[in-house]
Amino acid sequence: MQCGTMVAELLQFIIAGLKSGAVYALVALGFTIVFGATGAINFAQGEFYMLGGMTGVLLTTWGVPLPLAVVGAVMLTAVIGAAFELVAVRPIASGDPLRIIMVTIGGSVVLRQAALHLFGPDERALRPFTAGPSLRLLGAAVERQTLWVWAITAMAVVVLAVVYRQTMFGKAMRATSIRRDAARLVGIDASAMVTASFGLAAALGALGGLVVAPLTQTAFYVGSGMGVKGFAAAILGGLGNPVAAVGGGLILGLLESLTAGYLDPLYKDAVALVVLLGVLFLRPQGLLGGRGTEKV
Amino acid sequence: MAEVLLSVEGLHAGYGHAAVLHGVDVEVSEGELVALIGANGAGKSTLLKTIVGLVRAKSGAITFAGDRIDTARPEDLVRCGVALVPEGRMLFGPMTVLENLELGAYASKDRARAIEEGLARVEALFPVLAERAGQPAATLSGGEQQMLAIARALMCSPRLLLLDEPSLGLAPLVIGEIFSALDRLRAEGVTVLLVEQDARLALKHADRGYVMRTGRIVLEGRSSELLADDSVSRIYLGGEVGQHR
Repeated sequence: MQCGTMVAELLQFIIAGLKSGAVYALVALGFTIVFGATGAINFAQGEFYMLGGMTGVLLTTWGVPLPLAVVGAVMLTAVIGAAFELVAVRPIASGDPLRIIMVTIGGSVVLRQAALHLFGPDERALRPFTAGPSLRLLGAAVERQTLWVWAITAMAVVVLAVVYRQTMFGKAMRATSIRRDAARLVGIDASAMVTASFGLAAALGALGGLVVAPLTQTAFYVGSGMGVKGFAAAILGGLGNPVAAVGGGLILGLLESLTAGYLDPLYKDAVALVVLLGVLFLRPQGLLGGRGTEKV
Repeated sequence: MAEVLLSVEGLHAGYGHAAVLHGVDVEVSEGELVALIGANGAGKSTLLKTIVGLVRAKSGAITFAGDRIDTARPEDLVRCGVALVPEGRMLFGPMTVLENLELGAYASKDRARAIEEGLARVEALFPVLAERAGQPAATLSGGEQQMLAIARALMCSPRLLLLDEPSLGLAPLVIGEIFSALDRLRAEGVTVLLVEQDARLALKHADRGYVMRTGRIVLEGRSSELLADDSVSRIYLGGEVGQHR
């Protein structure tokens, strides 16, 4: 009996951890994609997560049906991400990773303030994708939206893997991240690939912000916190490796949830920073990243 | 004589403030195999990089098939029919041999057809690459990597193939294979501009040659003439002792 509740409790923590972890994975994927194309960290990545949730909420309040609002918000954020690269990153940074980092830090402030003015200061919630009570699993509760989080994350990862492995566009993205000059020599427009990487990263971040918005609420300020989490997840996995980014996200989510459950909920947000510093000090290539891994 | 395909006139180029090319004139006619020889640091690779647009020309003109290309970007040039096999091969190491070849056809208008035809051509030229199709390019031997670099450039059916040091670091037997492949390409009508440190080897396979020294063309002529020339043998055997510094 006692043992049974302990198992249920652990299971509950694991479910919660894998739920946030899946969202971290989506945001972390965005980090690795931009890193692959530019060699730089896009510190505006968290704001794309925020924009996804907020534009989704806005679209539903305008009466757009939920599925359309989700797709629309992802596409809109992707366009914003690509436009951000075109009008800010490219002209100012001209390809220098350090400058790209600066521009994205500045860009994140601009995007956050623009969101404040556009959407207002209030916290908003998105309607759950399917209504209904939580499901029971061995004594633990699983919210229906959590299943959506997992399903949509899994789908995004599979689609991304297929695009990168099978399509000419994906191969061109990989080629550009492996050897930019060689990619240009076979006719790949490397600058366009960088723009595409920002758009794709924004779409993934937005997707994360949308699937989790019914569970956690969203507001103009949620981007910076998620940026740190996603960055930590990407670093934990090993920057530049998409599979590892997903692993890093899930592990970070689990660590947070178990820390909050068994130590103190106050420590939850510190986990990402501890992980970030720990990995950078002890294993800079990441847990899953060997030195020879392919950047994407 | 056949129509001039590539013409470089009075070309100046370099990296930042370091000028490397000081007024280079080179001409390659349709169907020719032209060798560009000279010691290390003479500017041969820079010339090729400037032709494809990886290095910007400071002044002078580069004309390909009648069109000025000195401001073109590399990704556009390959669409016009100029392909560079770069020094050090620059393969996409973690990607498979097949993926490298497919990417070679990236610039083609009809990609599916270019890939199909290109693969058939590559298989005939370098059968070993077909056997290695599923292997990451980085796991190939040096010679195979060089073959793959050439094959990748051929996938877009270029009219002009620029080759930068294809023999570098390879065993004599493999070099022989690569150069016999070049002979076959020339027989197919591909125009080739070949940069090579091994001048004797290059001139044996070329129609004409240019000798480059410190960013200038110092000698040009038919391969047979250059091979017989005293100063050429001095140049390709190393620095010219006591002659200008």
